[in-house]
Amino acid sequence: MEMLALVRNNRVIDVLRMTGMMALAFIAVGLLLLSFGKNPIEAYGEIFKGSLGSTYGLSEVVVKMIPLMLCAVATAIPARMGLLNVGAEGQLHIGAMWATWGALTLGEWPKEILLPTLVLLGFLGGAVFAFIPAFFRVKAGVNETICTLLLNYVAILIVEHMVHGSWKDPMSFNWPFTREFSDAARLAFYGNTRIHTGLWFALGAIVLFYLALKRTRWGYELRIIGDNAEAARRAGIPINRYIILTLCIGGGLAGLAGMAEVCAIQGRLRPGISTGFGYTGFLVSWLALHNPLKIILMAFLLGVLSLGGDMIQISLELPYAIVNILMALIFFIVLGRLAAGRKEY
Amino acid sequence: MNTAYLRLENITKSFPGVLANSGINLSVEKGEIHALLGENGAGKSTLMKILYGYYQQDSGSIYIEGNLVDIRTPTDAMRCGIGMVFQNFMLIPAFSVIENIALAVQKQGQMIQSQELADRIRDTAACYNLSVEPEAKVWELSIGEQQRVEILRLLFTGSRILIFDEPTSVLTPQEVEGFFEIARKLSSDGYCILFITHKLREVMALADRITVLRKGTVVNTALRQDVTESDLAYMLVGKPTIESIESDQLQEPVSQDVTLEFHDVFASGERGRSGLQGVSFTLQEREILGVAGVAGNGQTELGEVVLGLRPCSQGRIVLHGQDLTNRSTAKILEAPVAYIPEDPLQTGVAPGLSVLENMVLHKRDSQRGWRGLVMDWKEIRAKIELNVERFGLTLPNLDRPVITLSGGNIQRVVFVRELACQPRLTVAFHPTFGLDIAATKLAHELFLTSRSQGSALLLISEDLDELFALSDRIMVMHAGSVAGIVNPKTTQPFEVGLLMTGGATT
Amino acid sequence: MIGIIESILTGAVRSGTPILYGTLGEILTERAGIVNLGVEGSMVTGACVAFITTAETQDPVLGVIMGALAGGLASLIHAFMVVTLRANQIASGLALMFLCLGVTSFIGRPYVGVRITGIQTLTIPGLSDIPFLGRIMFEHDVLVYLAYLSAPLMWWFLFRTRWGLYIRAVGENKLVAFAMGVRVQVLQYSVIGIGGVFSGLGGAHLSLAYTQSWVEAMTAGRGFVAVALTIFATWHPLRGVLGAVFLAQPLLSASRFRPRGSMCPPTIFICCHMC
Repeated sequence: MEMLALVRNNRVIDVLRMTGMMALAFIAVGLLLLSFGKNPIEAYGEIFKGSLGSTYGLSEVVVKMIPLMLCAVATAIPARMGLLNVGAEGQLHIGAMWATWGALTLGEWPKEILLPTLVLLGFLGGAVFAFIPAFFRVKAGVNETICTLLLNYVAILIVEHMVHGSWKDPMSFNWPFTREFSDAARLAFYGNTRIHTGLWFALGAIVLFYLALKRTRWGYELRIIGDNAEAARRAGIPINRYIILTLCIGGGLAGLAGMAEVCAIQGRLRPGISTGFGYTGFLVSWLALHNPLKIILMAFLLGVLSLGGDMIQISLELPYAIVNILMALIFFIVLGRLAAGRKEY
Repeated sequence: MNTAYLRLENITKSFPGVLANSGINLSVEKGEIHALLGENGAGKSTLMKILYGYYQQDSGSIYIEGNLVDIRTPTDAMRCGIGMVFQNFMLIPAFSVIENIALAVQKQGQMIQSQELADRIRDTAACYNLSVEPEAKVWELSIGEQQRVEILRLLFTGSRILIFDEPTSVLTPQEVEGFFEIARKLSSDGYCILFITHKLREVMALADRITVLRKGTVVNTALRQDVTESDLAYMLVGKPTIESIESDQLQEPVSQDVTLEFHDVFASGERGRSGLQGVSFTLQEREILGVAGVAGNGQTELGEVVLGLRPCSQGRIVLHGQDLTNRSTAKILEAPVAYIPEDPLQTGVAPGLSVLENMVLHKRDSQRGWRGLVMDWKEIRAKIELNVERFGLTLPNLDRPVITLSGGNIQRVVFVRELACQPRLTVAFHPTFGLDIAATKLAHELFLTSRSQGSALLLISEDLDELFALSDRIMVMHAGSVAGIVNPKTTQPFEVGLLMTGGATT
Repeated sequence: MIGIIESILTGAVRSGTPILYGTLGEILTERAGIVNLGVEGSMVTGACVAFITTAETQDPVLGVIMGALAGGLASLIHAFMVVTLRANQIASGLALMFLCLGVTSFIGRPYVGVRITGIQTLTIPGLSDIPFLGRIMFEHDVLVYLAYLSAPLMWWFLFRTRWGLYIRAVGENKLVAFAMGVRVQVLQYSVIGIGGVFSGLGGAHLSLAYTQSWVEAMTAGRGFVAVALTIFATWHPLRGVLGAVFLAQPLLSASRFRPRGSMCPPTIFICCHMC
């Protein structure tokens, strides 16, 4: 019982320390704002009022959370075995592209068949794109981080190539986007909000990830590899198979986020379907320490900041960059804390 | 006594739980070649690392030419003219010989005068038969040449006392001869040479004086001409100190059913080591086969080949009539084969995960395929608690991360995990290395229990006492092949020692 | 035909300059065993600070100096994270990139669209009259010359001087270097800082000479290309020059002529090669 109390106590201290450090990040950005003659309290107030102060704001936070959660899981699954997938942004774009191909060419199909096909296409697109770094990692020991990172630029270029080229809507007055998808290819919205059925993909992915980690041999072996790859090898766990599997599943989930963006929010493919969801999702995963349930919480937090960033652009004419700085500082703090924790061993 | 060039007085050093050096006295004359002889864990490396400033002694003092010196870091040691060649050479393989030496020779201007340095290297090398091409990259050199680079570097940094840690363990016989010549030449020029070894023949061939260490103390110091090889072997090993195990277990007859067969197995070794060069033997059910040998003579490779961790290039491995040559580790472990690693924290457990989770690390019986996909942790916990009871052990809280356990408890977790599957074969690598006496005793009891339940055991160890106390037969490895298989009841430890060091068989 | 090749190569030398700076900095850092993905961040910081300084003081020289210093300072955050705290190198580099992109986008906002007199082309008399090569190599601004001169200098520094030897030793094996009396941490801090200065110079060239304007996130992945080129060049400064001239160009064309989109394959080519 004493042990239990101690653990709980430690956890409380931990949470307090974490909150305190995050507060530091807020104070630092506040000072930056002050030094440029802006009122930080007003800015923070606006961020939270805009996102949490109304049902509309809250619903928009949820809309942001959908791709964030999917991209976070895309990062977290490989991260559990020690791989850094920074390519969710690119995988999201390719997933969106494959789904777009489906929507544009199979648009006549009935909704019941078309939508599952698009979901599958989105997943496959991301998975295939994530297979590239996984393959090089297994075959040549190529660092997956730099590979996924550069492939992000490639993915965006490919998407731009398509929307400027053969997929361009002839009615678009030369704007780079595709034709609008048929109704059969659209995901449903709930009520008056923009919350769409993609939410269930995200929550489903998180729940499955949670169950896989806790309850299955796959999740168990994943954790073993992440903790001690040599022991895993000696226990006969096929590490290379896991590298390919985790990166591809992660890529698929990010691709699903892309599919949801084009089939629900945008209704067509265009450049800038993602406002850095892949990168913010990466951050969410690290803040949550790659823990599935915490991902929901952290996606909410960063969703609030992200939406708040949009809000202050309009209401206070402050740049969105404020939020990016805040997120980067929080990331630094988490990294430093992780490293400090490791040293105690 | 006071004329000695180097004098160590009453050096004592303890690590948590181990007294590594206890009141050691040692003196070395100018131009003397002094051998430090002892088994693994006898404290000879610790002593030399104290001299080189790698560790600091708890008490005792070091004198050079009669002056007390204070050595706290390797830099201090270098300043006192002490240099050391480690067993794993401290060279950078991607660098040329010149660069490796320039790295150690400090403060000679900001530019590297390659040409000038190369000439100096050639001059010095010519002086001592240390022929080596200065422009060559270290990775291109043979092990023997790399050793010469290390020696050259010591000479360039002005060392007068040269320490060698197992200098011949990785050399070919020809290279060994070359090393001897270099050492003799150096000593005739007034350099002091201290070398750590457990090869008797080399001691007899090279040393002027010999100090034998056992369990952290000096057994004897003698001039070479005053002792014979078997005197040394006796001093080295001493009498078995492990209490003999209850006799009924030991006298249990070895079954005639064959568990493991090796047919002329070849495998490559780790970086320059011999690997396996045609090993054949059989292991019976309910038999403990001890594998003895000086580190690097193929024992580790032998165990790894059994477990499928190292590919076997030629030959056949058969387990209970089933050919397991080059099958996957997962398949082999399923047999079931148990595996006790030498350093569990590095290779046998996932330290960040809980004890419970570590208990099912190896896939066995019904845990494969869809059937084994869902992990029912409640059931696993119940099973484990049952097993723990069966072995009459107490395990720490199953929910604690393994990293928080003591070394003995980690080893205990591994033992329970491995032996609970009722293995047909257990492969153990140095299972009691670094454990205290109580934990060692427990490990030995568990091996015997497992043996009486029908398991065969391949016990790879460098602790001769342990091998003699436990084994039904002892197989001695030398240079990747079997130097001999002996019966411990009718053999003296020093005979095994001779076989290990490549000495003649009687 | 010759004229086209000439102008393409001239453009390649010019547009490869920021990437070459980044690559040289990263080669230095990685030679000491530190991967710094924050090159992108240091570069964008250099570009931003150099531009702001020049816009405020009308002095591009001061701008270049400030830009280089800012790049170096930014990378010291990475040094603190990975050398002192021993945080994950890759993750810390990414964090640095996010931070720098954010901060520069904020402080640089008032300067978007501002016009400056940047660094002017300095034609080298005599040499520029050499047919063909003269235009390609000797009609550029000072920062271009500096970049291409830095490459052999860095080669000399890494392979011919004692400090270079120490740096390479630390990168190859920290323990051996330490045992030989090298002060590993001090060395790594300095090298990361200098690497950042190089990236900052690259950024300064970008905003003061190449575009003579400031746009948010104007480095557009050049920092990552520099990291990839580092590996492509197998950590060798002279091969870095080749990479910067011949591989950077297709990538940049791809971003400039986006509507065509036809430049995707070279980008993929870079990625594959980097692997």
